[in-house]
Amino acid sequence: MAIVDHMNAWARRVPMWLVYLIYAAPAPYFFYLGLTGGLGPEPINALEREYGEIALQLLIIGLAITPLRRFVGVNLIRFRRAIGVLAFFYVSLHLLVWLVLDVQILGQIWADILKRTYITVGMAGFLVMLPLVLTSNNWSVRKLGPKWRKLHKLTYVAAILGGAHYLWLVKGIQLEPMIYMAVILGLLATRAIPNRKSAAIPAR
Amino acid sequence: MAHRWTNDLTQADATPKAAFLNRRQLMAGVAGLASAGFAGSARAMDETLVPNSFEDITSYNNFYEFGTAKDDPKKYAHELTTQPWSIKIDGLVDNPGDYSFEEVLDGMTIEDRLYRFRCVEAWAMNIPWNGFELADLLQKVGVKPEAKYVAFETLVRPEEMRGQRRPTLAWPYREGLRLDEAMHPLTLMATGIYGETMPNQNGAPIRLVVPWKYGFKSIKSIVRITLTDQEPATSWNLANAREYGFYSNVNPNVDHPRWSQATHRMIGGGLFASREPTLMFNGYEKDVASLYEGMDLTKHF
Repeated sequence: MAIVDHMNAWARRVPMWLVYLIYAAPAPYFFYLGLTGGLGPEPINALEREYGEIALQLLIIGLAITPLRRFVGVNLIRFRRAIGVLAFFYVSLHLLVWLVLDVQILGQIWADILKRTYITVGMAGFLVMLPLVLTSNNWSVRKLGPKWRKLHKLTYVAAILGGAHYLWLVKGIQLEPMIYMAVILGLLATRAIPNRKSAAIPAR
Repeated sequence: MAHRWTNDLTQADATPKAAFLNRRQLMAGVAGLASAGFAGSARAMDETLVPNSFEDITSYNNFYEFGTAKDDPKKYAHELTTQPWSIKIDGLVDNPGDYSFEEVLDGMTIEDRLYRFRCVEAWAMNIPWNGFELADLLQKVGVKPEAKYVAFETLVRPEEMRGQRRPTLAWPYREGLRLDEAMHPLTLMATGIYGETMPNQNGAPIRLVVPWKYGFKSIKSIVRITLTDQEPATSWNLANAREYGFYSNVNPNVDHPRWSQATHRMIGGGLFASREPTLMFNGYEKDVASLYEGMDLTKHF
Protein backbone atom coordinates (compact mmCIF):
# COMPACT_ATOMS: atom_id res chain seq x y z
CA MET A 1 0.00 0.00 0.00
CA ALA A 2 2.98 2.25 0.49
CA ILE A 3 3.32 2.95 -3.22
CA VAL A 4 -0.33 3.88 -3.51
CA ASP A 5 -0.05 6.22 -0.52
CA HIS A 6 3.02 7.86 -2.02
CA MET A 7 1.23 8.31 -5.30
CA ASN A 8 -1.77 9.86 -3.61
CA ALA A 9 0.39 12.19 -1.59
CA TRP A 10 2.27 13.19 -4.71
CA ALA A 11 -0.94 13.67 -6.68
CA ARG A 12 -2.23 16.06 -4.03
CA ARG A 13 0.84 18.25 -4.40
CA VAL A 14 0.90 18.61 -8.22
CA PRO A 15 -0.37 22.08 -9.10
CA MET A 16 -3.24 22.03 -11.56
CA TRP A 17 -1.73 24.65 -13.86
CA LEU A 18 1.18 22.28 -14.44
CA VAL A 19 -1.19 19.57 -15.68
CA TYR A 20 -2.75 22.01 -18.13
CA LEU A 21 0.63 23.25 -19.25
CA ILE A 22 2.17 19.82 -19.80
CA TYR A 23 -0.81 18.49 -21.64
CA ALA A 24 -1.45 21.59 -23.75
CA ALA A 25 2.17 21.75 -24.89
CA PRO A 26 1.89 19.05 -27.60
CA ALA A 27 -0.65 21.20 -29.48
CA PRO A 28 1.73 24.00 -30.51
CA TYR A 29 4.61 21.52 -30.68
CA PHE A 30 2.96 19.34 -33.33
CA PHE A 31 1.77 22.41 -35.21
CA TYR A 32 5.35 23.64 -35.29
CA LEU A 33 6.53 20.22 -36.50
CA GLY A 34 3.91 20.32 -39.23
CA LEU A 35 5.12 23.74 -40.35
CA THR A 36 8.76 22.73 -40.44
CA GLY A 37 8.54 19.33 -42.10
CA GLY A 38 8.77 17.27 -38.92
CA LEU A 39 5.49 15.49 -39.65
CA GLY A 40 6.56 14.20 -43.04
CA PRO A 41 5.57 15.29 -46.53
CA GLU A 42 1.82 15.30 -45.75
CA PRO A 43 1.58 17.24 -42.48
CA ILE A 44 -2.15 18.01 -42.62
CA ASN A 45 -3.31 14.46 -42.19
CA ALA A 46 -0.51 13.78 -39.71
CA LEU A 47 -1.48 16.76 -37.53
CA GLU A 48 -5.14 15.78 -37.67
CA ARG A 49 -4.22 12.31 -36.46
CA GLU A 50 -1.91 13.51 -33.68
CA TYR A 51 -4.60 15.77 -32.20
CA GLY A 52 -7.28 13.12 -32.60
CA GLU A 53 -5.17 10.47 -30.95
CA ILE A 54 -4.27 12.68 -27.98
CA ALA A 55 -7.98 13.49 -27.53
CA LEU A 56 -8.84 9.81 -27.49
CA GLN A 57 -6.06 9.07 -25.02
CA LEU A 58 -7.31 11.84 -22.72
CA LEU A 59 -10.84 10.44 -22.88
CA ILE A 60 -9.42 7.07 -21.87
CA ILE A 61 -7.38 8.56 -19.01
CA GLY A 62 -10.55 10.28 -17.85
CA LEU A 63 -12.44 7.00 -17.87
CA ALA A 64 -9.63 5.27 -15.96
CA ILE A 65 -9.75 7.58 -12.97
CA THR A 66 -12.78 6.06 -11.26
CA PRO A 67 -11.69 2.40 -11.61
CA LEU A 68 -8.18 3.36 -10.51
CA ARG A 69 -9.56 4.70 -7.28
CA ARG A 70 -12.03 1.89 -6.77
CA PHE A 71 -9.79 -1.06 -7.52
CA VAL A 72 -6.26 0.22 -6.96
CA GLY A 73 -6.81 2.96 -4.44
CA VAL A 74 -4.99 5.64 -6.44
CA ASN A 75 -6.94 8.84 -6.19
CA LEU A 76 -6.60 11.15 -9.19
CA ILE A 77 -10.11 12.56 -9.00
CA ARG A 78 -8.88 16.12 -8.71
CA PHE A 79 -7.37 15.89 -12.19
CA ARG A 80 -10.51 14.66 -13.85
CA ARG A 81 -11.86 18.05 -14.81
CA ALA A 82 -8.55 19.11 -16.35
CA ILE A 83 -8.35 15.85 -18.28
CA GLY A 84 -11.88 16.35 -19.63
CA VAL A 85 -11.33 19.97 -20.61
CA LEU A 86 -8.05 19.06 -22.31
CA ALA A 87 -9.77 16.21 -24.19
CA PHE A 88 -12.28 18.73 -25.50
CA PHE A 89 -9.44 21.10 -26.40
CA TYR A 90 -7.80 18.41 -28.56
CA VAL A 91 -11.07 17.27 -30.12
CA SER A 92 -11.67 20.90 -31.10
CA LEU A 93 -8.18 21.21 -32.61
CA HIS A 94 -8.68 17.94 -34.45
CA LEU A 95 -11.96 19.25 -35.86
CA LEU A 96 -10.41 22.59 -36.71
CA VAL A 97 -7.55 21.01 -38.66
CA TRP A 98 -10.09 18.94 -40.55
CA LEU A 99 -12.28 21.95 -41.35
CA VAL A 100 -9.66 24.56 -42.14
CA LEU A 101 -6.62 22.68 -43.41
CA ASP A 102 -7.97 19.37 -44.66
CA VAL A 103 -11.36 19.64 -46.37
CA GLN A 104 -11.40 23.42 -46.89
CA ILE A 105 -14.44 23.26 -49.16
CA LEU A 106 -17.62 24.23 -47.28
CA GLY A 107 -19.97 22.24 -49.50
CA GLN A 108 -17.86 19.15 -49.05
CA ILE A 109 -17.75 19.61 -45.27
CA TRP A 110 -21.52 19.35 -45.02
CA ALA A 111 -21.67 16.48 -47.48
CA ASP A 112 -19.03 14.63 -45.47
CA ILE A 113 -20.76 15.17 -42.13
CA LEU A 114 -24.04 13.86 -43.49
CA LYS A 115 -22.83 11.14 -45.83
CA ARG A 116 -19.68 9.67 -44.26
CA THR A 117 -20.51 7.54 -41.31
CA TYR A 118 -17.18 7.92 -39.54
CA ILE A 119 -17.37 11.69 -39.83
CA THR A 120 -20.99 11.70 -38.64
CA VAL A 121 -19.90 9.63 -35.66
CA GLY A 122 -16.93 11.89 -34.93
CA MET A 123 -19.09 14.99 -35.20
CA ALA A 124 -21.63 13.44 -32.84
CA GLY A 125 -18.80 12.83 -30.36
CA PHE A 126 -17.83 16.51 -30.52
CA LEU A 127 -21.42 17.65 -29.98
CA VAL A 128 -21.84 15.31 -27.01
CA MET A 129 -18.80 16.90 -25.39
CA LEU A 130 -20.13 20.45 -25.76
CA PRO A 131 -22.55 20.38 -22.79
CA LEU A 132 -19.81 18.73 -20.75
CA VAL A 133 -17.25 21.44 -21.29
CA LEU A 134 -19.89 24.13 -20.76
CA THR A 135 -20.75 22.68 -17.36
CA SER A 136 -17.17 22.00 -16.28
CA ASN A 137 -17.18 24.86 -13.77
CA ASN A 138 -17.97 24.94 -10.05
CA TRP A 139 -21.03 27.10 -10.59
CA SER A 140 -22.60 24.48 -12.88
CA VAL A 141 -21.75 21.67 -10.49
CA ARG A 142 -23.58 23.52 -7.69
CA LYS A 143 -26.44 24.65 -9.89
CA LEU A 144 -27.12 21.23 -11.43
CA GLY A 145 -26.64 19.21 -8.26
CA PRO A 146 -27.22 15.49 -8.80
CA LYS A 147 -28.15 16.16 -12.41
CA TRP A 148 -24.53 17.14 -13.06
CA ARG A 149 -23.28 13.61 -12.39
CA LYS A 150 -25.92 12.18 -14.65
CA LEU A 151 -25.09 14.66 -17.43
CA HIS A 152 -21.41 13.86 -17.24
CA LYS A 153 -22.07 10.19 -17.90
CA LEU A 154 -22.16 11.49 -21.50
CA THR A 155 -18.38 11.02 -21.33
CA TYR A 156 -19.07 7.32 -21.84
CA VAL A 157 -20.94 8.11 -25.05
CA ALA A 158 -18.22 10.48 -26.22
CA ALA A 159 -15.51 7.85 -25.69
CA ILE A 160 -17.44 5.17 -27.55
CA LEU A 161 -18.13 7.55 -30.43
CA GLY A 162 -14.46 8.52 -30.53
CA GLY A 163 -13.34 4.89 -30.57
CA ALA A 164 -15.85 4.02 -33.29
CA HIS A 165 -14.74 7.05 -35.33
CA TYR A 166 -11.16 5.73 -35.30
CA LEU A 167 -12.17 2.12 -36.04
CA TRP A 168 -14.26 3.29 -38.96
CA LEU A 169 -11.69 5.40 -40.72
CA VAL A 170 -8.84 2.92 -41.17
CA LYS A 171 -8.40 0.62 -44.14
CA GLY A 172 -7.94 -3.12 -43.74
CA ILE A 173 -7.64 -4.84 -40.38
CA GLN A 174 -5.56 -2.63 -38.09
CA LEU A 175 -4.66 -3.35 -34.50
CA GLU A 176 -4.38 0.13 -33.01
CA PRO A 177 -8.00 1.30 -33.28
CA MET A 178 -9.13 -2.08 -31.99
CA ILE A 179 -6.91 -1.72 -28.94
CA TYR A 180 -8.31 1.75 -28.24
CA MET A 181 -11.87 0.48 -28.53
CA ALA A 182 -11.15 -2.55 -26.35
CA VAL A 183 -9.64 -0.34 -23.62
CA ILE A 184 -12.64 2.02 -23.76
CA LEU A 185 -15.13 -0.84 -23.52
CA GLY A 186 -13.07 -2.51 -20.78
CA LEU A 187 -13.01 0.66 -18.68
CA LEU A 188 -16.75 1.12 -19.14
CA ALA A 189 -17.30 -2.52 -18.17
CA THR A 190 -15.63 -1.92 -14.80
CA ARG A 191 -18.59 0.34 -13.98
CA ALA A 192 -20.83 -2.71 -14.13
CA ILE A 193 -18.88 -4.58 -11.43
CA PRO A 194 -21.15 -4.59 -8.37
CA ASN A 195 -20.04 -2.70 -5.33
CA ARG A 196 -19.12 -5.08 -2.56
CA LYS A 197 -18.18 -2.45 -0.01
CA SER A 198 -20.34 -3.52 2.94
CA ALA A 199 -19.38 -7.18 2.70
CA ALA A 200 -15.72 -6.75 1.83
CA ILE A 201 -14.70 -4.05 4.27
CA PRO A 202 -15.26 -5.25 7.78
CA ALA A 203 -16.49 -2.77 10.33
CA ARG A 204 -13.73 -1.48 12.47
CA MET B 1 7.42 -2.16 -79.31
CA ALA B 2 8.54 0.27 -76.63
CA HIS B 3 7.87 4.01 -76.92
CA ARG B 4 4.25 3.54 -77.97
CA TRP B 5 3.27 6.21 -75.52
CA THR B 6 5.18 9.43 -75.22
CA ASN B 7 4.81 11.89 -72.49
CA ASP B 8 3.13 14.97 -73.84
CA LEU B 9 2.91 16.49 -70.43
CA THR B 10 6.18 18.13 -69.78
CA GLN B 11 9.84 18.47 -70.21
CA ALA B 12 10.24 17.47 -66.61
CA ASP B 13 10.46 13.75 -67.25
CA ALA B 14 13.94 14.54 -68.39
CA THR B 15 14.64 16.23 -65.08
CA PRO B 16 17.76 14.72 -63.62
CA LYS B 17 18.49 14.04 -59.97
CA ALA B 18 18.97 17.76 -59.54
CA ALA B 19 15.25 17.95 -58.94
CA PHE B 20 15.49 16.14 -55.68
CA LEU B 21 18.94 17.28 -54.77
CA ASN B 22 17.87 20.86 -54.93
CA ARG B 23 14.52 22.03 -56.16
CA ARG B 24 15.93 25.43 -56.93
CA GLN B 25 18.23 23.92 -59.49
CA LEU B 26 15.28 22.30 -61.22
CA MET B 27 14.55 24.95 -63.77
CA ALA B 28 18.20 25.53 -64.58
CA GLY B 29 18.74 21.81 -65.05
CA VAL B 30 15.76 21.45 -67.32
CA ALA B 31 16.80 24.45 -69.36
CA GLY B 32 20.23 22.95 -69.81
CA LEU B 33 18.86 19.62 -70.93
CA ALA B 34 16.37 21.26 -73.24
CA SER B 35 19.08 23.17 -75.05
CA ALA B 36 20.98 19.91 -75.36
CA GLY B 37 18.02 18.62 -77.32
CA PHE B 38 17.36 16.04 -74.66
CA ALA B 39 14.03 17.05 -73.32
CA GLY B 40 11.58 15.90 -75.90
CA SER B 41 9.67 17.77 -78.50
CA ALA B 42 7.97 21.12 -78.49
CA ARG B 43 4.55 19.56 -78.09
CA ALA B 44 5.61 18.59 -74.61
CA MET B 45 4.58 22.00 -73.41
CA ASP B 46 0.79 21.95 -73.23
CA GLU B 47 0.79 21.11 -69.57
CA THR B 48 3.39 21.12 -66.88
CA LEU B 49 3.69 18.28 -64.46
CA VAL B 50 6.22 18.96 -61.75
CA PRO B 51 7.61 15.78 -60.24
CA ASN B 52 7.56 15.35 -56.49
CA SER B 53 10.92 15.22 -54.80
CA PHE B 54 12.70 11.89 -54.38
CA GLU B 55 12.35 12.48 -50.63
CA ASP B 56 8.54 12.82 -50.85
CA ILE B 57 8.18 9.79 -53.08
CA THR B 58 10.30 7.58 -50.85
CA SER B 59 9.06 8.68 -47.43
CA TYR B 60 5.26 8.70 -47.78
CA ASN B 61 4.14 5.25 -48.84
CA ASN B 62 1.34 2.78 -48.49
CA PHE B 63 3.03 -0.61 -48.49
CA TYR B 64 1.18 -2.56 -45.81
CA GLU B 65 3.69 -5.41 -46.08
CA PHE B 66 5.89 -3.17 -43.93
CA GLY B 67 3.23 -1.60 -41.72
CA THR B 68 0.22 0.66 -42.05
CA ALA B 69 1.83 3.98 -41.11
CA LYS B 70 2.97 6.15 -43.99
CA ASP B 71 6.56 6.13 -42.75
CA ASP B 72 6.70 2.39 -41.95
CA PRO B 73 7.85 1.39 -45.45
CA LYS B 74 10.75 3.83 -45.29
CA LYS B 75 11.66 2.59 -41.81
CA TYR B 76 11.44 -1.14 -42.43
CA ALA B 77 11.69 -1.89 -46.15
CA HIS B 78 15.48 -2.08 -45.95
CA GLU B 79 15.00 -5.44 -44.24
CA LEU B 80 13.89 -6.90 -47.57
CA THR B 81 16.45 -8.55 -49.81
CA THR B 82 15.67 -8.16 -53.48
CA GLN B 83 18.55 -10.16 -54.92
CA PRO B 84 18.13 -12.75 -56.25
CA TRP B 85 14.63 -12.09 -57.55
CA SER B 86 12.48 -14.03 -59.91
CA ILE B 87 8.97 -13.82 -61.28
CA LYS B 88 6.88 -16.89 -61.94
CA ILE B 89 4.96 -16.32 -65.13
CA ASP B 90 2.27 -18.92 -65.61
CA GLY B 91 -1.26 -19.63 -66.74
CA LEU B 92 -2.31 -19.03 -70.33
CA VAL B 93 1.14 -18.22 -71.72
CA ASP B 94 3.27 -19.92 -74.37
CA ASN B 95 6.44 -19.89 -72.31
CA PRO B 96 5.60 -20.32 -68.64
CA GLY B 97 8.38 -20.53 -66.09
CA ASP B 98 10.41 -18.86 -63.39
CA TYR B 99 12.13 -15.86 -64.90
CA SER B 100 15.01 -14.29 -63.06
CA PHE B 101 14.89 -10.51 -62.76
CA GLU B 102 17.64 -10.33 -65.41
CA GLU B 103 15.68 -12.59 -67.75
CA VAL B 104 12.59 -10.45 -67.30
CA LEU B 105 14.54 -7.33 -68.23
CA ASP B 106 16.22 -8.97 -71.22
CA GLY B 107 15.05 -7.26 -74.39
CA MET B 108 12.98 -4.65 -72.56
CA THR B 109 13.47 -0.94 -73.21
CA ILE B 110 13.60 1.13 -70.05
CA GLU B 111 11.89 4.47 -70.54
CA ASP B 112 11.31 7.54 -68.39
CA ARG B 113 7.65 8.06 -67.66
CA LEU B 114 6.49 10.96 -65.54
CA TYR B 115 3.02 9.97 -64.38
CA ARG B 116 0.41 11.33 -62.03
CA PHE B 117 -0.14 9.00 -59.10
CA ARG B 118 -3.49 9.24 -57.30
CA CYS B 119 -4.05 7.28 -54.10
CA VAL B 120 -7.54 6.10 -53.23
CA GLU B 121 -7.07 8.04 -49.96
CA ALA B 122 -7.33 11.30 -51.93
CA TRP B 123 -3.70 12.34 -52.04
CA ALA B 124 -1.48 12.47 -55.09
CA MET B 125 2.08 12.79 -56.35
CA ASN B 126 3.80 13.13 -59.69
CA ILE B 127 6.41 10.42 -60.07
CA PRO B 128 9.18 10.09 -62.67
CA TRP B 129 9.25 6.32 -63.12
CA ASN B 130 11.70 4.27 -65.11
CA GLY B 131 10.35 1.09 -66.57
CA PHE B 132 9.18 -0.87 -69.56
CA GLU B 133 5.76 -1.52 -70.98
CA LEU B 134 4.07 -4.58 -69.55
CA ALA B 135 2.85 -5.31 -73.08
CA ASP B 136 6.44 -5.99 -74.13
CA LEU B 137 6.94 -8.56 -71.40
CA LEU B 138 3.62 -10.22 -72.17
CA GLN B 139 4.58 -10.37 -75.82
CA LYS B 140 7.91 -11.94 -74.89
CA VAL B 141 6.30 -14.76 -72.94
CA GLY B 142 3.48 -15.16 -75.45
CA VAL B 143 -0.13 -14.69 -74.42
CA LYS B 144 -2.52 -17.47 -75.44
CA PRO B 145 -5.67 -16.31 -77.25
CA GLU B 146 -7.95 -17.55 -74.45
CA ALA B 147 -6.34 -15.21 -71.91
CA LYS B 148 -8.55 -12.34 -70.79
CA TYR B 149 -6.96 -11.14 -67.55
CA VAL B 150 -3.58 -10.75 -65.88
CA ALA B 151 -3.18 -11.53 -62.18
CA PHE B 152 -0.25 -10.32 -60.07
CA GLU B 153 1.11 -11.31 -56.67
CA THR B 154 3.50 -9.64 -54.27
CA LEU B 155 6.23 -11.51 -52.42
CA VAL B 156 5.28 -13.10 -49.08
CA ARG B 157 8.23 -13.11 -46.70
CA PRO B 158 7.15 -12.17 -43.19
CA GLU B 159 10.72 -12.53 -41.88
CA GLU B 160 11.67 -9.53 -43.99
CA MET B 161 8.27 -7.90 -44.40
CA ARG B 162 7.14 -7.27 -40.85
CA GLY B 163 3.70 -6.00 -41.81
CA GLN B 164 2.90 -9.49 -43.07
CA ARG B 165 3.07 -10.80 -39.51
CA ARG B 166 -0.31 -9.15 -39.02
CA PRO B 167 -3.45 -9.99 -40.97
CA THR B 168 -4.00 -6.42 -42.19
CA LEU B 169 -4.84 -7.93 -45.57
CA ALA B 170 -4.97 -11.51 -46.82
CA TRP B 171 -1.38 -12.07 -48.00
CA PRO B 172 -0.10 -12.33 -50.63
CA TYR B 173 -1.22 -8.98 -51.94
CA ARG B 174 -3.02 -9.64 -55.18
CA GLU B 175 -3.94 -7.40 -58.08
CA GLY B 176 -5.29 -7.85 -61.55
CA LEU B 177 -5.99 -6.15 -64.85
CA ARG B 178 -8.09 -6.92 -67.85
CA LEU B 179 -5.81 -7.99 -70.71
CA ASP B 180 -6.51 -4.84 -72.73
CA GLU B 181 -5.62 -2.71 -69.70
CA ALA B 182 -2.44 -4.72 -69.23
CA MET B 183 -1.51 -4.29 -72.89
CA HIS B 184 -2.15 -0.54 -72.86
CA PRO B 185 0.99 1.46 -73.60
CA LEU B 186 0.54 3.48 -70.40
CA THR B 187 0.81 0.33 -68.26
CA LEU B 188 4.34 0.17 -66.96
CA MET B 189 6.52 -2.32 -65.16
CA ALA B 190 8.67 0.08 -63.17
CA THR B 191 12.20 -0.70 -62.02
CA GLY B 192 13.30 2.74 -60.91
CA ILE B 193 12.49 6.31 -59.91
CA TYR B 194 14.50 9.37 -60.98
CA GLY B 195 16.92 7.02 -62.69
CA GLU B 196 17.72 5.32 -59.39
CA THR B 197 17.13 1.64 -58.72
CA MET B 198 13.63 1.19 -57.32
CA PRO B 199 13.78 1.92 -53.59
CA ASN B 200 12.49 -0.99 -51.49
CA GLN B 201 9.69 1.11 -49.99
CA ASN B 202 8.37 1.83 -53.49
CA GLY B 203 8.15 -1.82 -54.52
CA ALA B 204 11.63 -3.05 -55.40
CA PRO B 205 12.82 -4.52 -57.56
CA ILE B 206 9.88 -4.39 -59.92
CA ARG B 207 6.32 -3.13 -59.67
CA LEU B 208 3.33 -2.32 -61.76
CA VAL B 209 2.27 1.27 -62.52
CA VAL B 210 -1.20 1.90 -63.92
CA PRO B 211 -1.51 5.69 -63.78
CA TRP B 212 -5.23 5.99 -64.49
CA LYS B 213 -6.19 3.73 -61.59
CA TYR B 214 -5.97 4.29 -57.85
CA GLY B 215 -2.51 3.60 -56.51
CA PHE B 216 -3.33 0.29 -54.83
CA LYS B 217 -3.78 -1.29 -58.28
CA SER B 218 -0.09 -0.65 -58.95
CA ILE B 219 1.11 -3.74 -57.10
CA LYS B 220 4.64 -3.75 -55.72
CA SER B 221 7.49 -6.28 -55.48
CA ILE B 222 5.92 -8.67 -57.96
CA VAL B 223 6.83 -12.37 -57.84
CA ARG B 224 4.08 -13.85 -59.95
CA ILE B 225 2.19 -12.96 -63.11
CA THR B 226 -0.61 -15.27 -64.21
CA LEU B 227 -2.57 -15.04 -67.44
CA THR B 228 -6.10 -16.26 -66.93
CA ASP B 229 -9.53 -16.31 -68.53
CA GLN B 230 -11.31 -15.30 -65.32
CA GLU B 231 -11.36 -12.03 -63.44
CA PRO B 232 -8.76 -12.54 -60.72
CA ALA B 233 -9.40 -11.90 -57.03
CA THR B 234 -7.77 -8.68 -55.82
CA SER B 235 -6.70 -7.90 -52.25
CA TRP B 236 -8.67 -4.76 -51.51
CA ASN B 237 -11.74 -6.13 -53.20
CA LEU B 238 -11.45 -9.24 -51.01
CA ALA B 239 -11.04 -7.05 -47.94
CA ASN B 240 -13.99 -4.78 -48.69
CA ALA B 241 -15.91 -5.28 -51.93
CA ARG B 242 -18.25 -2.39 -51.20
CA GLU B 243 -15.36 0.08 -51.13
CA TYR B 244 -12.89 -1.30 -53.68
CA GLY B 245 -13.93 -2.60 -57.08
CA PHE B 246 -11.89 -4.61 -59.55
CA TYR B 247 -11.46 -1.66 -61.90
CA SER B 248 -10.76 1.13 -59.41
CA ASN B 249 -10.29 3.71 -62.13
CA VAL B 250 -9.67 7.21 -60.82
CA ASN B 251 -13.09 8.82 -61.07
CA PRO B 252 -14.01 12.12 -59.39
CA ASN B 253 -17.71 11.36 -59.88
CA VAL B 254 -17.77 8.10 -57.96
CA ASP B 255 -17.01 8.60 -54.29
CA HIS B 256 -15.42 6.13 -51.97
CA PRO B 257 -18.20 5.21 -49.52
CA ARG B 258 -16.25 6.92 -46.72
CA TRP B 259 -14.87 9.98 -48.51
CA SER B 260 -15.19 12.10 -51.59
CA GLN B 261 -12.98 11.44 -54.61
CA ALA B 262 -13.76 14.79 -56.24
CA THR B 263 -10.56 16.41 -55.00
CA HIS B 264 -7.14 15.43 -53.74
CA ARG B 265 -4.14 17.01 -52.14
CA MET B 266 -0.69 16.96 -53.69
CA ILE B 267 1.95 15.63 -51.34
CA GLY B 268 4.70 18.06 -50.48
CA GLY B 269 2.58 21.19 -50.31
CA GLY B 270 3.03 21.65 -46.58
CA LEU B 271 0.54 22.51 -43.87
CA PHE B 272 -1.45 24.94 -46.01
CA ALA B 273 -1.64 22.98 -49.26
CA SER B 274 -5.00 23.33 -50.95
CA ARG B 275 -7.03 20.62 -52.61
CA GLU B 276 -7.06 20.19 -56.34
CA PRO B 277 -9.81 18.79 -58.51
CA THR B 278 -9.28 15.14 -59.42
CA LEU B 279 -9.39 14.45 -63.16
CA MET B 280 -11.33 11.67 -64.85
CA PHE B 281 -9.02 8.67 -65.27
CA ASN B 282 -6.45 10.77 -63.43
CA GLY B 283 -5.97 12.95 -66.50
CA TYR B 284 -5.48 10.06 -68.93
CA GLU B 285 -9.03 10.15 -70.24
CA LYS B 286 -8.12 10.54 -73.89
CA ASP B 287 -5.72 7.60 -73.63
CA VAL B 288 -7.92 5.11 -71.83
CA ALA B 289 -11.60 6.15 -71.92
CA SER B 290 -12.17 3.93 -74.96
CA LEU B 291 -11.32 0.85 -72.86
CA TYR B 292 -14.48 1.38 -70.86
CA GLU B 293 -16.89 2.47 -73.57
CA GLY B 294 -20.44 1.42 -72.77
CA MET B 295 -19.59 0.40 -69.19
CA ASP B 296 -21.47 1.88 -66.27
CA LEU B 297 -18.54 3.18 -64.22
CA THR B 298 -20.65 3.68 -61.12
CA LYS B 299 -21.36 -0.04 -61.20
CA HIS B 300 -17.90 -1.15 -62.34
CA PHE B 301 -16.08 1.16 -59.95
